[in-house]
Amino acid sequence: MASDMPILSIVTFLPMVGALLILLLVRGSPQDVANNARWSALWTSLITFAISILIWTGFDSSTHAFQFVEKAEWMPEYNINYHMGVDGISVFFVLLSTLLTPICILASWNAIQEKVKEYMIAFLVLETMMVGMFCALDFVAFYIFFEAVLIPMFLIIGVWGGPRRVYAAFKFFLYTLLGSVLMLLAILVAYFQAGTTDIPTLMAFDFPRELQYWMWLAFFASFAVKVPMWPVHTWLPDAHVEAPTAGSVILAGVLLKMGGYGFLRFSLPMLPEASEFFTPLVYGLSIVAVIYTSLVALAQEDMKKLIAYSSIAHMAFVTVGIFAANEQAVAGSIIQMLSHGIVSAALFLCVGVVYDRIHSREIDTYGGLVHRMPVYAFVFLLFTLASVGLPGTSGFVGEILVLVGAFKANTWVAALIATGMVLGAAYMLYLYRRVIFGELTKDHLKDILDLDRREVAIFVPLVVIVLWMGIYPASFIDVMDASVANLVKDYNAALAAAADSAITTASK
Amino acid sequence: MTDLPNFYPALPEIILACAAMAFMMVGVFTRAEKSLSIVYLLSLVALVVVAADLMTLSGQTLSAFHGQFVSDDFAVFMKLLVLLGSFLTLIMGQSYLRRENMARFEYPVLVLFATVGMMMMISANDLIALYLGLELQSLSLYVLAAFKRDTTRSSEAGLKYFVLGALSSGMLLYGCSMIYGFAGTTSFDGLAKVLAGPDAASVGLIVGIVFLIAGLAFKISAVPFHMWTPDVYEGAPTPVTAFFAVAPKIAAISLFVRVMVDPFGDLLSEWRQIIVFISILSMVLGSLAAIAQTNIKRLMAYSSIGHMGYALIGLAAGGANGVQAIILYMTIYLAMNAGTFACILCMCRKGEMVEEISDLAGLSKTNPMLAAALLVFMFSMAGVPPLAGFFGKLYIFLAAIEAELYALAIIGVVASVIGAFYYLRIVKIMYFDEAAEPFDRPLGKGLGGVVTITGIVTLLFFFVMSPVLDGAATAAAALIGG
Repeated sequence: MASDMPILSIVTFLPMVGALLILLLVRGSPQDVANNARWSALWTSLITFAISILIWTGFDSSTHAFQFVEKAEWMPEYNINYHMGVDGISVFFVLLSTLLTPICILASWNAIQEKVKEYMIAFLVLETMMVGMFCALDFVAFYIFFEAVLIPMFLIIGVWGGPRRVYAAFKFFLYTLLGSVLMLLAILVAYFQAGTTDIPTLMAFDFPRELQYWMWLAFFASFAVKVPMWPVHTWLPDAHVEAPTAGSVILAGVLLKMGGYGFLRFSLPMLPEASEFFTPLVYGLSIVAVIYTSLVALAQEDMKKLIAYSSIAHMAFVTVGIFAANEQAVAGSIIQMLSHGIVSAALFLCVGVVYDRIHSREIDTYGGLVHRMPVYAFVFLLFTLASVGLPGTSGFVGEILVLVGAFKANTWVAALIATGMVLGAAYMLYLYRRVIFGELTKDHLKDILDLDRREVAIFVPLVVIVLWMGIYPASFIDVMDASVANLVKDYNAALAAAADSAITTASK
Repeated sequence: MTDLPNFYPALPEIILACAAMAFMMVGVFTRAEKSLSIVYLLSLVALVVVAADLMTLSGQTLSAFHGQFVSDDFAVFMKLLVLLGSFLTLIMGQSYLRRENMARFEYPVLVLFATVGMMMMISANDLIALYLGLELQSLSLYVLAAFKRDTTRSSEAGLKYFVLGALSSGMLLYGCSMIYGFAGTTSFDGLAKVLAGPDAASVGLIVGIVFLIAGLAFKISAVPFHMWTPDVYEGAPTPVTAFFAVAPKIAAISLFVRVMVDPFGDLLSEWRQIIVFISILSMVLGSLAAIAQTNIKRLMAYSSIGHMGYALIGLAAGGANGVQAIILYMTIYLAMNAGTFACILCMCRKGEMVEEISDLAGLSKTNPMLAAALLVFMFSMAGVPPLAGFFGKLYIFLAAIEAELYALAIIGVVASVIGAFYYLRIVKIMYFDEAAEPFDRPLGKGLGGVVTITGIVTLLFFFVMSPVLDGAATAAAALIGG
């Protein structure tokens, strides 16, 4: 199926080209610059998205092998190459990134009035890094994309963020950097063990057991911060609250998925024995995260903070699913990540809609919005219910699969994280009631306007996808099935082999 | 006639030394107001000519002056870096000299003499030659530090540098004399032979090596011999600081590497712990102390202390990969630092230099291109990919992991995260804070050019990665093999 076009490189670097063009060509009066930058960024990201659709349509779902593979020499004397490719696990993350970027640009259309050009450049660069990270099949290239995300995100939070943006930007940057540099050392160790940074080769490589533990912890330091898992989650609420709406969307929609993707791509296949050994740790942290952050979310007064805490709870489902390591759970965790990518992004956009009008994120400043904004109330309701996991929405599919898988692996874990669904319903519906229902008594809300056409255009694709994933998830699950099955099979085979060798050693 | 070809390996140094002396005459005998421009131009040409001559020496290992002087690929590579560093800093400094009443033709001449000294250091193959090069370099630098002689700050910097430099030279000489006393030779080749056998090193010799390391650590401003650095960096005129931060560091670390790897390579297990210790201290102190700085030149002083700590990881790792990592690191260090100092030289308001970090506030509004360049340099120094600084650190840590120095590597990466904080702070001040008064414009062609070129190299280093790595690999192989 692989065509000759380097389609992954095109999707990865097209936004960068767009950013360069904006940087070099957009000139004129401040008003013109802002408008041209907006339109160029929008078209760049839309074209990128259109091309990325080809990856999906051209994807061969019958194989677990990497597809659309590109390879070029980069540092031949070190056997480090430029190597790109997607499989059933990564393909949807690429699409998620390319989908959310134009939405973010549209969402910032009026909200960003200062340094529009720089803002759009930052977003396009960010898109390149995100897509590149999900496509990279070389560890060094992966790390470069993974880390480079920090630069545009740091600037987006710091320049266009809220009042405490400096604190939030620093916390975000330093937290993630500390985790990542430890991962870098693990990558270098892997390089000296296997003599290559080629990810497919490393996935098949058998690392010594003792070493696996250390490497696993180093990876964990990086991915756990990114996911984020309790107790290293504290950067997330700050970053979300202070970031501009579109920044929160990308943060929740894509950046958090990098952690989950990392666990799936590296921890499980490369370090199976260590993954099995540390599974109870992941379970424990995830259970605490589900229950604790759900309770914290109940007490929030700030809408964005509430959704941020709900993200942590939802991502804890993902980590449980990944480490339950059976087909249902892993597929469920991927669906859950995709669903969360869409739903939480949409929820942040919903907050953005009213924030643009009233400039407040306090839940108490709102109430009774349904009377003035019926369309908004409907959209918000849909995403609230998707977040809660109502059947027929994407959230349900992910959560039920994770729970089924977790139940197979460990009944208690499944029972405990299931409480998260109940608590999730509590805090989301409580939020919804306070913002949308009730009498419209507050004066500043009396002439608030419903969604305009631009905002409707933002929400329509998201609504469609949420329902599509909820009603007919097969079109997504089928694509990832072969890769997930292979991942689980290899994982179990590696564990069985390790157990065998342990028995033979013991019996000698 | 038989002796003449012997000079061939040292020809670049000889040309440069003669040129510097001739330019002094030129300066004296031309009219005062014109002398600086003429000598400046001649000096730049001389640097280019010497670099071209140097290229003819690549690919061969030659020695001169009865083995006191050696020219191999390692020497050629590092000398090219030094020449490039001198060249860039000369270009950067020109407008500053005129503005600050320092327009005297001795400035470029002194830079040339210092450069000759550095080239001698890189090629030294004997303890005596080592000392000669080092002193020629240091004496020129002492004068340069005090070049703005009508201000107390500059004079103080020069004096401080001189006193502490003399102290370190004393230690170094003492170490050399002990090594000579216990080994019976000053030649690197001879030392390598004497120390080849097992248990060849006596305690006295080890003590000598420790003193030698202390002297060299002073020159690269590694902790705990770093005390002079912030004061001298702050007090010296900014173009001089830029010069200090780049060329002498490259020369001193090359010398350090050659001394440790060549004659004392077999004693790796003896001196490795000292290097590890110095390296950890430098990285940690460089990161922590920089946080509290308000003067950007002082901040850069601590930053360079930290960078030297990272470079020393490569030395501690040893082997071809370690040396190659150092070479690569110093190449990148040159680009980043020259660029950053060019940005600092742009910090001029109504004809007056400003040096506080807070003066950069809102630079992204008042001068977006300069802010973008400084942003690139700062993220690069913090080691964030895909910028050049990341690749420097990558290869350093690669060497450390290969040598199984895991603890050192972990401390190194953690220190780099702490260090990232103060680099980010500069970005924060430029991009997040309210705009202060804008800096004077235009910046001048030289400065603008240096900022642009080093900025592009730092930003797009991954494209030129392969050739630089190749060069570094050949250079490292020449040192380790020879």
